[in-house]
Amino acid sequence: MLIPVLAMHIPDGFLSLPVAAVGWLLLIILIGIALRQTRRQLGERQIPLMGILAAFVFAAQMINFPVAGGTSGHLLGALLIAVLLGPWATVLVMTCVIGVQGLLFQDGGLTALGFNVVNMGIISGFVGYAVYTLVRRGMGRTFRGQWIGAALGAWLGVVIASAACALELAASGTSPLSIAFPAMVGVHALIGVGEALITVAALTFIRRTRPDLLGTTATVAAKGWGWIAAGLLIALAITFASPLADRNPDGLDRVATDHGFVSLEQAPPYKLLPNYTVPFIPEAGVTTIAAGIIGVLVVAGAGYGVARVAGRKADDPAKLPASEG
Amino acid sequence: MIRERYQAGDGYLYRLDARVKVVLTLLLIVGVMLTPERAWPAYPLLWALLGSLAVISRLSAWRLTRLGGLALPFTLAAAALPFTMPGHPLIALAGLTVSDTGLARFLSILLKSWLAVQAALLLALTTPFTDLLWALASLHLPETLIAIIGFMYRYLYTLSDEAQRLLRARASRSARLPDQRAGGGLIWRARSAGGMVGSLFLRSYERSERVYAAMLSRGYAGRIRSLDPLPLTGKALLDGALPICVLILIESAALLWWAK
Amino acid sequence: MNGSANTIEVEQLSYRYPDGTQALENVSLRIAAGERVALVGPNGGGKSTLMLHLNGVLRSASARIVIAGMPLNDQNLGKIRAAVGLVFQNPDDQLFSPLVYGDVAFGPLHMGLPESEVRARVERALTAVGLTSFAERVSHHLSVGEKKRVALATVLSMEPSILVLDEPSAGLDPRGRRELIDLLRTFDQHTLLISTHDMRLANDLCARLIVLDQGRVVADGRTSDLIHDAALMEAHGLESPP
Repeated sequence: MLIPVLAMHIPDGFLSLPVAAVGWLLLIILIGIALRQTRRQLGERQIPLMGILAAFVFAAQMINFPVAGGTSGHLLGALLIAVLLGPWATVLVMTCVIGVQGLLFQDGGLTALGFNVVNMGIISGFVGYAVYTLVRRGMGRTFRGQWIGAALGAWLGVVIASAACALELAASGTSPLSIAFPAMVGVHALIGVGEALITVAALTFIRRTRPDLLGTTATVAAKGWGWIAAGLLIALAITFASPLADRNPDGLDRVATDHGFVSLEQAPPYKLLPNYTVPFIPEAGVTTIAAGIIGVLVVAGAGYGVARVAGRKADDPAKLPASEG
Repeated sequence: MIRERYQAGDGYLYRLDARVKVVLTLLLIVGVMLTPERAWPAYPLLWALLGSLAVISRLSAWRLTRLGGLALPFTLAAAALPFTMPGHPLIALAGLTVSDTGLARFLSILLKSWLAVQAALLLALTTPFTDLLWALASLHLPETLIAIIGFMYRYLYTLSDEAQRLLRARASRSARLPDQRAGGGLIWRARSAGGMVGSLFLRSYERSERVYAAMLSRGYAGRIRSLDPLPLTGKALLDGALPICVLILIESAALLWWAK
Repeated sequence: MNGSANTIEVEQLSYRYPDGTQALENVSLRIAAGERVALVGPNGGGKSTLMLHLNGVLRSASARIVIAGMPLNDQNLGKIRAAVGLVFQNPDDQLFSPLVYGDVAFGPLHMGLPESEVRARVERALTAVGLTSFAERVSHHLSVGEKKRVALATVLSMEPSILVLDEPSAGLDPRGRRELIDLLRTFDQHTLLISTHDMRLANDLCARLIVLDQGRVVADGRTSDLIHDAALMEAHGLESPP
């Protein structure tokens, strides 16, 4: 179950046509907005810049490092691009990367391309960027805030993207949510750690050699609470939608009880909250939503809390980096 | 190592207008997905359709089928279906029951995805990427996005080769002494990999600045100008119509067969 | 290591790239410990491909390759990489840590050596290339010549007995070239295999010349003899130095 789930490139046939169409619709709308935004933010150089950086992301995804026992971690890159170029440029860059992977190498289907880009490029980028901005805001734009924000953002981006992927599979009737969700999120909670490590290491390298690049267009979008709100909304929306979307709401349990067999729990590899229940709340759907919200709020709160606490112990002004945090 | 699927050749699909080919491919994939799940005879018919397209394009149908299997590992994601979909129990497997509806859904997903990949492969095998991009432009994809993809393609190999060389340089320095635990710690390994990514990023970024300067020197002002596409001929459309007709036939038959 | 006089032995090495081009065809050669060999030939002749086989980055199923007395196989790969220092043509491809120290320390760190030993090796390696105070410098901002020397230091810190250099003087100005040649002359404890287009460098540094063209060894002998064979040089896209 683990290996194909590791890559979130969904092939054709796994998403039902209505679900795939929703993905395409989302993608088209977001590309439209992104094109306008990048023209304003990056100006004339946007085409060669984003094109070459799309090639960069593609190439950088080949760079791996051994994690444990034969598996290796490597980069998805959405949050990295979001920090360096801003979230709207990320939409276009990741569309190119995942689009070319689908078209040239059949890595991911063509009807599924909509949601593939939305999951791996946009959701991971936007949610990650929201966390990044939140943490930096809380830590007063220090360098430490930057790397903690990037680490948390990279991790959560990957995790939420995998949750969305599970959701889409469930909504298509390809896999019951009770199995897809823990499998995807569980595995990607680990994969996300790799993403966080390599993203922070890359940013550290860039900061050492060209710190000016960390203070360019990305900060244009960092004002206001818009991005933070957007990112959290996405994360919450995914959790809200989960039980409603599942076309096999009871999954294995239902079959077992229907046919009078002893209910054999198919233990998910990673159990967050058993059966997504919260004590005192009986209804299954509400329970799932509640557990999801709690999860998201815990992470968001933890991120902000870390930022605040670490920020209070911030280095004295003499040690702050010369360029804009 | 990047290897594009396109290989030069001659035959039906090679001669088809790229725009028609793109639309044809999409229709084939959507057609496959619309096939009623349990219209079992439709699957071999669809496979025959795709195989015939391969043959009249002087490609090996068997190779197409084999390559189409590259999406199959993902079917593990649907592996729970036979056990979790409610329906009539068929057989018991390791204490779990397999239901008929679950098994049918699982098989149909497997077959549909296999067929869809074959359709996508037909497009990739017979169309150079530049033609594909041109077709997408003619089909009214935003011109900025097309231009960005064009640049990406241009530098894809260059940057991938650089990444490859970085990996080789690292491998060349990944030595092991006898009786010594090697490999460095996880954080250190991640840091090295991240450094490689960061280094590659900087070189890419700086290269994009040089490319932009070169473009400016040649009069670039923000829009990529290209020649207008040739109008679509009736003949080109007609050429693409035959497989569509066959597809419609198969799907109609499938619907009738399943509805009865 | 046994007392074998030959430290590099390649027998019947053929290699075909995935896209079908035959890069090497039945290449055989033997290099004794301490020798200095120049590998010359036209672009695309197979020089880089050959070099990548010497530390196992590329592998051939059929050839017999023995490095520093060890046959090239999965078990010995780690040790062979410690014995062969391979320096690539483009220094940017080898410098991937922010600071010079990180890159030069990579090899010893990967080998699992203790911190004190790593630090000592870094210092020795940087001194050997004449960049003693460069440890805290940012690699990205160095000049081409300096980067090339750091790249050399990154393999020296692994203390190999064999140095394999791919086009070391490419991209250097005349002064940089001169400094490089003087530097390489100081490596008299190592076996040197240098691929180059620079025939004067070959003549200055290396007593032995191997000509590789279209993946085949077409000449192997004394540099001083071969270099003045005008017909041979011209036939394989080379120039005799004045």
